Amino acid sequence: MAGHETALEAKNLAGKPISFDEAQITRRSLWLDAARRFSRNRLAMVGLGIVLFLLFLAVFANVISPYPYDKADFSVVSILPFTNPNHPLGTDRIGRDYLTRLIFGARTSMYLGLLVPVITFSIGVTLGALAGYMGGIFDFIVQRVVEIGTAVPVLLFALMLLSIFGAGINNVIIVLCITGWIGPARLARAQFLSMREREFITAARAIGATDRNIILSHILPNALSPLLIAFTFSVPGVIFAEAGLSFLGLGIAEPTASWGQMVNSGVGNTIRVYWHLALLPTILVAVTMLSFSFVGDGMQEALDVTRSQ
Amino acid sequence: MTGYIIRRLISLIFVLLAVATIVFFLMNAVPGGPWGYGERGHSPEALENLKVRYGLDKPVGERYLTYLGNVLRLDFGESFSVAGNPPVLQHIVRVWPVTMHVGLYTILVAFSLGLLMGITAAYYRNSWIDNVVTFVATMGVTLPSFIIATWFLFIFGYQNGWGQPGKWIIGPITENGNALLSWDYFLPVITYALGPMAIIARYTRASFTDAMNADYIRTARAKGLTERAIMIGHVFRNALIPMVTVLLPTIPDLLTGSLFIEVVYGIPGLGKFFVTSIFSRDYPMIMALVLLIALLWGLTYLVTDVLYTVIDPRIRVGGRVRSA
Repeated sequence: MAGHETALEAKNLAGKPISFDEAQITRRSLWLDAARRFSRNRLAMVGLGIVLFLLFLAVFANVISPYPYDKADFSVVSILPFTNPNHPLGTDRIGRDYLTRLIFGARTSMYLGLLVPVITFSIGVTLGALAGYMGGIFDFIVQRVVEIGTAVPVLLFALMLLSIFGAGINNVIIVLCITGWIGPARLARAQFLSMREREFITAARAIGATDRNIILSHILPNALSPLLIAFTFSVPGVIFAEAGLSFLGLGIAEPTASWGQMVNSGVGNTIRVYWHLALLPTILVAVTMLSFSFVGDGMQEALDVTRSQ
Repeated sequence: MTGYIIRRLISLIFVLLAVATIVFFLMNAVPGGPWGYGERGHSPEALENLKVRYGLDKPVGERYLTYLGNVLRLDFGESFSVAGNPPVLQHIVRVWPVTMHVGLYTILVAFSLGLLMGITAAYYRNSWIDNVVTFVATMGVTLPSFIIATWFLFIFGYQNGWGQPGKWIIGPITENGNALLSWDYFLPVITYALGPMAIIARYTRASFTDAMNADYIRTARAKGLTERAIMIGHVFRNALIPMVTVLLPTIPDLLTGSLFIEVVYGIPGLGKFFVTSIFSRDYPMIMALVLLIALLWGLTYLVTDVLYTVIDPRIRVGGRVRSA
């Protein structure tokens, strides 16, 4: 898609002479330019739209959902979707409104999906940046911890930790943070390590810039776009991890709604009859993850100037 | 080269030791234990006996040292929760082939289909074939396996044929053995292969596109070589290099099985036992499985790095990549 677009642009530019005014207009900032490229990516915009919609659902869950998420009503147990006007998407096995549960599931997913990457990137980027920039003993220690951290697959380790700490939303957040900072740390370290040797850093040092200044205003802005792209992609990763852990029964505990846990209780012998219990949350997980990865792809194409050439 | 491999192996041993230490102390840090502390109706005396029987009455530090000593003699202890309390190693040897059986088919399917899809997409770039491949690859990378597994169960699982137990395609070699290939494998293998297949297709496409745009391909065309000779002799060989580092690490992953696939489809393999041992806090099983996986991963990284230098002579281990 990117190649297609650049080809089109080139033709336009070559097709007509560029006036002085237009040359002025093309001087945009990197971010504005990226935003423009992003907005031209239809798939990414659709993804962004869905993400914003899900965020809206998550934030206003208690306002829009017709029932409280944990209110059981044993007179309307296991209603199929589209059969009862009071419960448009049916009810679960103890008569909780399924539409409500799904909306609150969005809240759980969004809450974790945005909070956990913020924490892991704050920790990981700080450690990785310092390790890459300073080198020496600090780098050695961080490197060894990263090595140990990558020895066991994240999900297995998370599962093990949860079995120790017990299920629950806060424990899931803690566990995903413990395992999640390693990726950002590696990425930031690699970025800082390669930037440190570049000419403009030497130049900055030559005019007497402090380390703090070099890190914050010279290296970080240059390393920002790969980190931002990685951040976007880590959101669906966390959503998947939460859904997966809950699916295995060690994530979010009842009565908090979580799509993964809803799939877990919906899969089984009754899937033939009460199909909505498993199917609806799986569709939502799929749509959410696809939307986020479309946004990530769009960001990658918009921000990574070197790749599209 | 030998020195490099030895150094890597030594560092792997330290990593394993660190993993073992962390996992051991974490498991024992929290009160509670394999027998649920009265939940299942053990009297205090019975509980005390159980603890003595499995050595859990001793302080954690002492148990840790004993465990490390036993591990050096390849004694991983006895399982707490598996019926009959078999030695952990024996149990793993019994269970792992089940996972590997599925894993091998998955590797076969994922690699052949993934490579085929990627190459076709690269060859017919920007055509509808390319779009279909990109679409399938995006789905495969993004959608979690337990979601796909649920859909497959929903669509195929309750119909005749696919996923029905006991319908053999290739029978067992030994008498009373498991079937080599039966319809049971169909759904798990497809579900499991989708993710790796998508990754392989993506990388193959990117790698082949790069190779096909290289200058030496233009030279080969100018020399008048046939398209076939160019694809096989020039594109293939150069496109495979960057793929090795990406594709090889998927193999231990596939061989150790997926928790989700095994739980959803009820395959009694490593992944499922990992989950059950975690639920029943079967310490020796958890330790052994974690160490096994860490060892496999470490070895795979090592093999990948070494193989990389074998395929591409420009790269030297431990050193820098010479600029081409």
